[in-house]
Amino acid sequence: MFLFFISELKDAVRVRHSCPLFVKCLQKMCQMQRGAGSSSDPCRRPLLQVRPTWEVGAPPCSFFNESRTGSGSCCLSVRSCFREYFTHKFRAMLGKTRLIFPGEKVLLAVSGGPSSSAMLSQVQQGLGQSAQKKLRFLPGLVHIDEGGALGLSLGERQRLVSELKAIFQTSGFPFHVIPLEQVLDLPTSAVNTTPPSSDRAPDCYKAAGDGGELQQGGALAEPSVHEAQTRSLQQLLGSATTLTAKEELLRTLRQHLLVHEARTRGYSKLLLGESCTRLAVRLLTCVSLGRGAHLAQDTGFSDCRFGDVTFVRPMREFSAKEIAVYNHMFRVPTVVIPSLETKTLEKASIQRLSESFVSRLQQDFPSTVSTIYRTSEKLQTAGGGCCEEDGRCLLCLCSLDTAAGKASALQARLISEQLCCQKPAGTVKVEPSPPAGPCCSSADGECGSAAGGAVCCSSEAPEKKDLQKLLCYSCQLTLRDMSSVAHLPQYILTEAQRRKRRSLMKDEISEFLLEEEEGSS
Amino acid sequence: MPVSCSSCVEKRAMLKRPKTGHSLCKECFFMAFEEEVHQTIVNASLFKSGETVAIAASGGKDSTVLAHVMKVLNERYNYGLELMLISVDEGITGYRDDSLETVKRNQQQYELPLKIVSYEELYGWTMDAIVKQVGRKNNCTFCGVFRRQALDRGALMLKVDKICTGHNADDVAETVLMNVLRGDIARLRRCTTISTASEGEGVVPRCKPLKYAYEKEIVLYAYFKKLDYFSTECIYSPNAYRGHARTFLKDLESIRPSSIVDIIHSGENLSVREGVKMPVQGTCSRCGYISSQALCKSCVLLEGLNRGLPKLGIGKHHRLHGKILSQQPLTEKEERKLKSVES
Repeated sequence: MFLFFISELKDAVRVRHSCPLFVKCLQKMCQMQRGAGSSSDPCRRPLLQVRPTWEVGAPPCSFFNESRTGSGSCCLSVRSCFREYFTHKFRAMLGKTRLIFPGEKVLLAVSGGPSSSAMLSQVQQGLGQSAQKKLRFLPGLVHIDEGGALGLSLGERQRLVSELKAIFQTSGFPFHVIPLEQVLDLPTSAVNTTPPSSDRAPDCYKAAGDGGELQQGGALAEPSVHEAQTRSLQQLLGSATTLTAKEELLRTLRQHLLVHEARTRGYSKLLLGESCTRLAVRLLTCVSLGRGAHLAQDTGFSDCRFGDVTFVRPMREFSAKEIAVYNHMFRVPTVVIPSLETKTLEKASIQRLSESFVSRLQQDFPSTVSTIYRTSEKLQTAGGGCCEEDGRCLLCLCSLDTAAGKASALQARLISEQLCCQKPAGTVKVEPSPPAGPCCSSADGECGSAAGGAVCCSSEAPEKKDLQKLLCYSCQLTLRDMSSVAHLPQYILTEAQRRKRRSLMKDEISEFLLEEEEGSS
Repeated sequence: MPVSCSSCVEKRAMLKRPKTGHSLCKECFFMAFEEEVHQTIVNASLFKSGETVAIAASGGKDSTVLAHVMKVLNERYNYGLELMLISVDEGITGYRDDSLETVKRNQQQYELPLKIVSYEELYGWTMDAIVKQVGRKNNCTFCGVFRRQALDRGALMLKVDKICTGHNADDVAETVLMNVLRGDIARLRRCTTISTASEGEGVVPRCKPLKYAYEKEIVLYAYFKKLDYFSTECIYSPNAYRGHARTFLKDLESIRPSSIVDIIHSGENLSVREGVKMPVQGTCSRCGYISSQALCKSCVLLEGLNRGLPKLGIGKHHRLHGKILSQQPLTEKEERKLKSVES
């Protein structure tokens, strides 16, 4: 058992060139264990030959020195050293960025998977420590129950939720389990950026969040799942004809719901448990989905596109392997929850393909994940931080990247589409092509020539077209893969109409406007 | 059931466009393909009237189609360009000599002047000789670096204003992916630009008119136009890592055909954080070619070959540039490191 850990660790460490502290410590341990003589105890045998692959001059290993001076020639176990290393890294991530202030209310998004569970365990530990080292924010937990979107039975959903609740209860933090169905009833504020400085946390919410300890969140959530809601959620996701679009849509909805929860409960930070491995996959996925302009927001340490709620990714320095070892070693409870990708083929979606591509490459080239991850660190958000709301995508809230010049990929795509159906489309004899196949999805694009109906402007096209204008390049692609926009949640449609009206208004008065005004609402 | 063309409606569709999924007849496809390249050229204002443009021709599908389309468009839209072909002879027996034959045939068909520059006359080394010393691994580094410079030198000899290369959308998207995988932020930023600005003396601006043309459509175009091209892979080992990116891209394309353009869009819209170190472009102190180091890569590679230390140019040995410049011998330890390539 122990040998398994060591080999796993060694792998994990080889990948992470950036953690000299831990590897130095392991090295010293090996020396000491060798010095302690050969023993039958596997713990005392020199198990590691870790080659230093980083530059010299790394900071000295403080906790190691500590323990050696403490009890002379004691044999430090890998276990406690690993724990120190893991904790150090987690806290350093939070510490050096100075993003979370003492006393701030912080919401942890816990899916139940390994990474977010490890994050929860770290926060739990951090709050239990001695005063000097103690984490000083006020955590709350949120879990979004996506069982409805995945088509799980009610019994299955309840089982998973109760498993999670048991974990949450032991943590002692206030928690909220929210069914994804609630996304259908969000207000339009969910898709708007709120300036961070304004009265972001109404006192009444704050009190509710603080006072309502354990059961409150759970008790609130359960009765609100109606079958009808689940059905309309499934209809919404079902209207996405490709798994790629479905996953993006689900991601967007989840994000909206998380932000809304954080907002209404007065949390200003939302911690996401995305690991380094996951972020590397996400980065590649984003590039493939045309989200190049938003890479920094989608994969960076902090993401402030929502204004008053900032997404923070404190687990981004940990590889999936490190997390797995940590969870195994310290028996961090996790819950296995299926996802849309579960039991699908490799080529089922772009997200799925990227994941298997990265993990396969990682096997042959162990620095793959960290290299991709480092790429993300060198990027920034295009077009500055805050811009007016018309300049933001209705779905992902990133600034629009569709105003590209004439010589651009976007323009090239539009030209190709125009050229292929230049002639009056009313005369086109439409062959009934199945809209489900991923290959056909691009055919029912803007012109709706293949699947949209007999006429170029079929009944649903104008609505879709209007919506397209409000989206960024990548979300447009997602919308293209949707058979209809009618099932989109009301808050999105309402906001779309509002923006449309405003832009019409602006057109009308445009000749009188002297300058583009920012942030008018 | 015969499907009618979605553009002209009258004729029977012959193919399904890989890019958009539309069914088109042959003529409409030719029109669409050529029109797209034309739009790319016009929108990016790649050329000015009266310029002399060299088409980098390898004899492969991309450059053959490029030469054909450029000639057609130049006549149709009166670009007022003087076109010529330029080829690089790397000296690979069984590969380049055959493909050069194709180029020569093309030259006669299109009636364009042709210039062939060879590694042998420029560097004194053929690829065959290089592979003999370097081995099968890493030889693409030599070939790639030398080719870039060879094209420039050839273009200077011909006194052309611009070079256009046959890079297609797949190539560009693949390069974006490669640079993400390698973490090469400097290249990531510039790999999607359609033309290089005139970078200074001795460098001819280059452009990629086929930047938004799918590889599959290029093959379709060549197939239906019955163009004569050479389609053998290089006999020396293909770049394994790039192969991974290529497979990934093809898989992406099969999931969502627009992926290739989407990736290019991503690449065009990346913005690099301020404060990230970028290489500063200077000139090589030996040959005067553009370089971000004291010595340009091809001079380093050449030095390595001539000294019998092929590894000199593979990997980063910037520390040694001073020694190379002053013609000092390397220490034994350094030499030992650089000698063996297979390790």
